[in-house]
Amino acid sequence: MNRSRRLKLQVFRVVVLVVMGLFFLVPIGAMLEFSTRSTTFDAPRTLDSWTTIATYPALVQAIIASLELAAITSFAMIVLLLPTMIWVRLRLPRLNRIVEFLCLLPLTIPAIVLVVGLLPVYSWMANNFTDSILTLAFAYVILVLPYTYRALDAGLSAINVKTLSEAARSLGAGWGTVIFRVIAPNMSGALLNAVLLSVALVLGEFTFANILSYVNLQVQINQLGQANAGVSIAVSVASLLFAFVLLMVLSFVGAARQALRSKPRATDPRLEAIWGQKA
Amino acid sequence: MASTAPATRAGVEVRLENLQRSYAGVSALNGLSLTLAPGELVALLGPSGCGKTTAMRLVAGLEEADGGRVTIGGADVTNLPASKRDVGMVFQAYSLFPHMTAWQNVAFGLQMRKVGVDERRRRALEMLEIVGLTGFADRFAHQLSGGQQQRVALARALAINPKILLLDEPLSALDARVRARLRDEIRRIQMEVGITTLFVTHDQEEALAVADRVGVMNKGRLEQLGPPTEVYSRPATPFVAEFVGLTNRLAGVVKGGEVEVRGSRLPLVKPDTADGPAIALVRPETVSLTADGDSSSGPLVGTVIATSFLGATSRVTVDLGDATVLAQLTTADASSMPPGTRVRLVLRPDAVLIARDEAAAAEA
Repeated sequence: MNRSRRLKLQVFRVVVLVVMGLFFLVPIGAMLEFSTRSTTFDAPRTLDSWTTIATYPALVQAIIASLELAAITSFAMIVLLLPTMIWVRLRLPRLNRIVEFLCLLPLTIPAIVLVVGLLPVYSWMANNFTDSILTLAFAYVILVLPYTYRALDAGLSAINVKTLSEAARSLGAGWGTVIFRVIAPNMSGALLNAVLLSVALVLGEFTFANILSYVNLQVQINQLGQANAGVSIAVSVASLLFAFVLLMVLSFVGAARQALRSKPRATDPRLEAIWGQKA
Repeated sequence: MASTAPATRAGVEVRLENLQRSYAGVSALNGLSLTLAPGELVALLGPSGCGKTTAMRLVAGLEEADGGRVTIGGADVTNLPASKRDVGMVFQAYSLFPHMTAWQNVAFGLQMRKVGVDERRRRALEMLEIVGLTGFADRFAHQLSGGQQQRVALARALAINPKILLLDEPLSALDARVRARLRDEIRRIQMEVGITTLFVTHDQEEALAVADRVGVMNKGRLEQLGPPTEVYSRPATPFVAEFVGLTNRLAGVVKGGEVEVRGSRLPLVKPDTADGPAIALVRPETVSLTADGDSSSGPLVGTVIATSFLGATSRVTVDLGDATVLAQLTTADASSMPPGTRVRLVLRPDAVLIARDEAAAAEA
């Protein structure tokens, strides 16, 4: 009885895994298939669409711009949100609800409405300061707030922020040290999640850039799709794979940190090699 | 101050002057004044919400006082931030930085003081040796037991050579055996280092065992401050008598500097108490029992209804008909009087007591 139940559970797990796997992999597989098609029906498969990516300078430029935007947005989000959340938790707990509401607000406002609101600001900025695509980072920080707030909130709830910060302060640490050298390293998982979410959102963003007349990766893919569908699909697959690899790397980093802490004596040379430090 | 203080104390005087603090209109500290002599260990004892932790946090600079001032070694630190006060603190909750090893935790305060890494490590290892954790330097907090974590926290607090050590119920999360051992060890280290120490606890046994002086707090005020023996045997108020140690409440009448309780005349802690009806607070250890075979009656004759085994001693509950009395006896004596035995109570005339009428006691 017990054995048959276990077997059923096992089968159920495998079925769920296969169905979910197919759900995600079939479209990507189809994209890969499409991006390697030749122009004629009988010709063998070709990597032309992939190899020609580099020959589109506008595309390369868009990729670089999107990566820069992802980095700037992630950095700005952490520098802005983490100290604010810690400060509110420790010093102004009454404001916690208000901050949460403000951070989640962009989720309830359609992107198109947000961008219409931002349009005058951006035209003013373009006329008076700069029209660099990197200014999109301001809007993207707002865009990623709801997701990153949730990730950081979970991380902060998992540690005793109050005691850790008070211990650090009584030992002579200023607020900057408390936030970035005591609290942040103990919520590295949440920070990595927040960064991953920001990067994924920024790399996949289309509406803001398109309406504000900037050419980021998605806008470029869209434009390219009209001229050369193969290349546009190849770039889409590449950006998906990039997010996937990023996720794997971040998971690996999290696991390695965990392993480092789990060792009774953290003098394992392999881990030292990874972290370049002596415990 | 108790005579246990070593002659080589290097600590500084710490003064709390008329400290006030309230939360949303509710007063937590109501003009607390307290002076800690150099190298002295003062325990603040009291129930939850009595203001003892608030007092400690004001000394640490983790909260701001509404009024009053704090001086450490003569310097007014009332308006200094926590990071500039030179205060070592051990918290109730485990407070080690989880991403650092034991020695890195201990060295953190030194790092903040820009001490070089070699010197930091040397001093951290030295401190870990003092708290008996040699060989644990490379462990992370989750690889240490609760008691070991608190030892590291103590080493970390002492490593910066603070002017005052603050211990905020550091033992309350530990099990009984570890608690007693670590308590004695904290006292040993404190005396060895000679640092002025404020120890906050709600555990009277802990306070009486380690402190030079015990301050009993209630409703944001200091009810009594004195050596442990004085607080226990000559409590200043009914609150102190009942909070520190167990107490029987027996009705009696005050007359001429004595109180008559159920036919026995007992001396008063405060002989100038006004005559009249009163409640005598009698310690269980001053009550002795004799088996009363002839089942006679009288104001001090009753029946044993329960016995609690405490190890070397036992606590016996006697029903006197209109009152129940606790008596603390040796376990050998208690075992000869199982529940149901008729017994006669004898109240030792040196009984610790305070006599007040109910209204006054309620007021206090």
